[in-house]
Amino acid sequence: MKDIATLFTRIDESTKTTVKTAALADYFQTADPGDRLWTIALFTGRRPKRTITATRLREWAAEVAGLPDWLFEESYSIVGDLAETIALVLPPAEHDDDQSLTYWIDNIKRLSTLDEDDRKAGILRAWNSLPTTQRFLFTKLLTGGFRIGVSAKLITRALAQATGQPEAQLTHKLMGNWTPDTATWESLIEADDPTADLSRPYPFYLAYQLDSLDDLGPPADWNAERKWDGIRGQLIIRGGEHHLWSRGEDLMTDRFPELAQLKDYLPDGTVIDGEVLAYADEKPMSFNALQKRIGRKTVPKKLLTEAPVILMAYDLLEYEGKDIRDAPLKDRRNRLKTLVNQTPDTSPIRLSDTVPFTTWEDLAKAREQSREIGAEGLMLKRLDSPYLSGRKRGDWWKWKIDPLTIDAVMIYAQAGHGRRANLFTDYTFAVRSGNDLVPFTKAYSGLTDAEFREITAWVRKNTLQKFGPVRQVPPTHVFEIAFEGIQASPRHKSGVALRFPRMARWRKDKPVDEANTLDDLKEMLATYG
Amino acid sequence: MADVLTFTDRGIYCPAGDFYIDPWQPVDRALITHGHSDHARPGMGRYLATTGTAPVMRHRLGEITLDTISYGEERQIGDATVSFHPAGHVPGSAQIRVEVKGQVWVVSGDYKTVADGLSEPFEPVKCHAFITECTFGLPIFKWTPQDVLTNQINDWWATNAAAGRTSILGAYALGKAQRLLATVNPDIGPILTHGAIENTNEVLRNQGITLPKTTYATADITAKTHPGALVLATPSALGTTWTRRFGPASTAFASGWMALRGVRRRRAADRGFIVSDHADWDGLNEAIKATGATKVFATHGYTSAFQRWLKEQGYDAHVVSTDYHGESLDNAEEAEA
Repeated sequence: MKDIATLFTRIDESTKTTVKTAALADYFQTADPGDRLWTIALFTGRRPKRTITATRLREWAAEVAGLPDWLFEESYSIVGDLAETIALVLPPAEHDDDQSLTYWIDNIKRLSTLDEDDRKAGILRAWNSLPTTQRFLFTKLLTGGFRIGVSAKLITRALAQATGQPEAQLTHKLMGNWTPDTATWESLIEADDPTADLSRPYPFYLAYQLDSLDDLGPPADWNAERKWDGIRGQLIIRGGEHHLWSRGEDLMTDRFPELAQLKDYLPDGTVIDGEVLAYADEKPMSFNALQKRIGRKTVPKKLLTEAPVILMAYDLLEYEGKDIRDAPLKDRRNRLKTLVNQTPDTSPIRLSDTVPFTTWEDLAKAREQSREIGAEGLMLKRLDSPYLSGRKRGDWWKWKIDPLTIDAVMIYAQAGHGRRANLFTDYTFAVRSGNDLVPFTKAYSGLTDAEFREITAWVRKNTLQKFGPVRQVPPTHVFEIAFEGIQASPRHKSGVALRFPRMARWRKDKPVDEANTLDDLKEMLATYG
Repeated sequence: MADVLTFTDRGIYCPAGDFYIDPWQPVDRALITHGHSDHARPGMGRYLATTGTAPVMRHRLGEITLDTISYGEERQIGDATVSFHPAGHVPGSAQIRVEVKGQVWVVSGDYKTVADGLSEPFEPVKCHAFITECTFGLPIFKWTPQDVLTNQINDWWATNAAAGRTSILGAYALGKAQRLLATVNPDIGPILTHGAIENTNEVLRNQGITLPKTTYATADITAKTHPGALVLATPSALGTTWTRRFGPASTAFASGWMALRGVRRRRAADRGFIVSDHADWDGLNEAIKATGATKVFATHGYTSAFQRWLKEQGYDAHVVSTDYHGESLDNAEEAEA
């Protein structure tokens, strides 16, 4: 565990990518192969099954530290990370067992076979034999998430440095369904068979927001489609089975059982990039409908009829078992079209239609219709572009519609946690209604650090009342709130709920009596809801 | 029985002696615990502070009517007897003891209980009521022992120097910077200072405090003229163009907030050293216990949680709202000398 603690410290201390990559590459060359594989697994979101609830961990940590539960919770709310809170409040360890990462992970796995008293004894023993950083990492393993500022891209780059293999090849090897229990360092990294795993997806190609149409060249070089507002997904049909992957490398196959029939209509060796959409009467339903499907592992029948999904097909990555990502988009789309057209009309797949245009002005007009037809904007793809991996400039652009905006008054502020501990960053906003202010949304992003510092100093001096962590402040500051959609919501006092609200600008020039009103908000609901 | 001290919107007030302690609004008579700008403010009719605090107050506040007092010396003001006792926060810093008709109240100002090798070490003062800061009043704050800290900073500096990098360390101009100076090994390389820090160094040296040799980093001083240097800068100077001429460099912050990973990452420095001139969780609890006080008022910091904790420990605990900042990463004002 010392190796990984050193690696973690080196990565965590630095803000420079080169330093992080070098630290990882060192580790991949020197650490125990079993530990290396676990490290890759952890950094790419594969973790041992949870064997203990967070509630128990909190209780036990508070007990060992001699703290009442409420004080532990108060500390946790400031730190913002359970494992870190536990590592900080516990008394110093009395032993120092230098065991491998794999040893501790096996230890964690074994916990599931023990009764609660023995589990507790095991965890307390671990806490008492690990120095602070190792203790933090061990507890992180117990609690799940292991995000520590290392992207999959960084891992691949470091692995490429350590093994001499090309990055693209490693990226593909690391995707898919493997775990350190089903793979070894040798089979996953060293072996030369990237198709060993039938469920393995291709890395997604992502686009940047378009800055300007000026550099795009002739319109005839481009294919335009709607940018749909669902969940990006990759459908894989191989070996008579189907898998559906999200962009975050989550396997979503079971969440959308209606897509299972596609394996009957599409040939083996087909991989399609598309958007999962809630879809009825040949048009997308609101994102809210899809939201009900997200996060459900099993889907009740009622929901299947209320919010049925389809795959809106964008691109074809694998055809007849062959990787065709290097073929031009035009060819890939033609093949995709043929495949989709072969399926019955009732099957849950549609081709994402081309938006016809001859001039950029035509396209700009088409973009204006996005909101009406439930799209987020347009996608522009060069007709001869290959399917690249990751976010790249040049061949693909997203051209989103401008967000809706409203000027609102800040009425409450709350301190953030984690990176934002000690700064007031979470605000509640209101619109005017006669002489009253009606709260309608919260937002906590969009300002610069300097602006957050300025507001924090102001909140400290101008608190009217405290409600636990929330400070009521005098209605003084007006902010432009940008958002992507608006929905009626009986749960909110204002009657509306916003999608992706954030602060677009601090309107220092605007007095409170020029902020928007509840009527303005209702009008937006009527127009766009 | 009347309270020895009351809490007003101008500051902590003693009716029996008609004076304020660390007021934040102009008053006739102010007793000052230490020279940081949220405690020693301009505009008071007359000031009383320790001999060790007076020079920095004069430096910061200019022409003021200032009377000085030694640690432990008793002074009668009206019906109150006052005396100043070391708080261990910065050189000259004091807790102020006020006695009226046998009732003793103590205002802690800012304090820490561990010796930093520079400030007069904290002395517990027996009292009936204790007014305590609690900037770091949560059990997540436990400071690195001084010897470990010294090694960490020296290792960091020496490693950077060997790799041809400048070491830029952010610290408050009064107190933290000098404490670090007293800690580091000056044999590793030259020590350069930001103007605000150099000014404070000069004030402290003039009052007889020994600090290693430092060089004020004027515009012509760069990484080329002083390779392998340690640069002490105010937190507000870090990340500005001022530091550019020292590149390539490794940057670090020295603050109690560096105990939190999230804050460390927000500041985007290469290193964070956990060091504070305020008491940590154990320090606060020990200090309060040592006073023997039954009544405790928590001022700036995590006041409501700390009050609840103290109540559960059997104290008659209260929260008092004041205008002090404690150790803030986000207000640059304390850094400006």
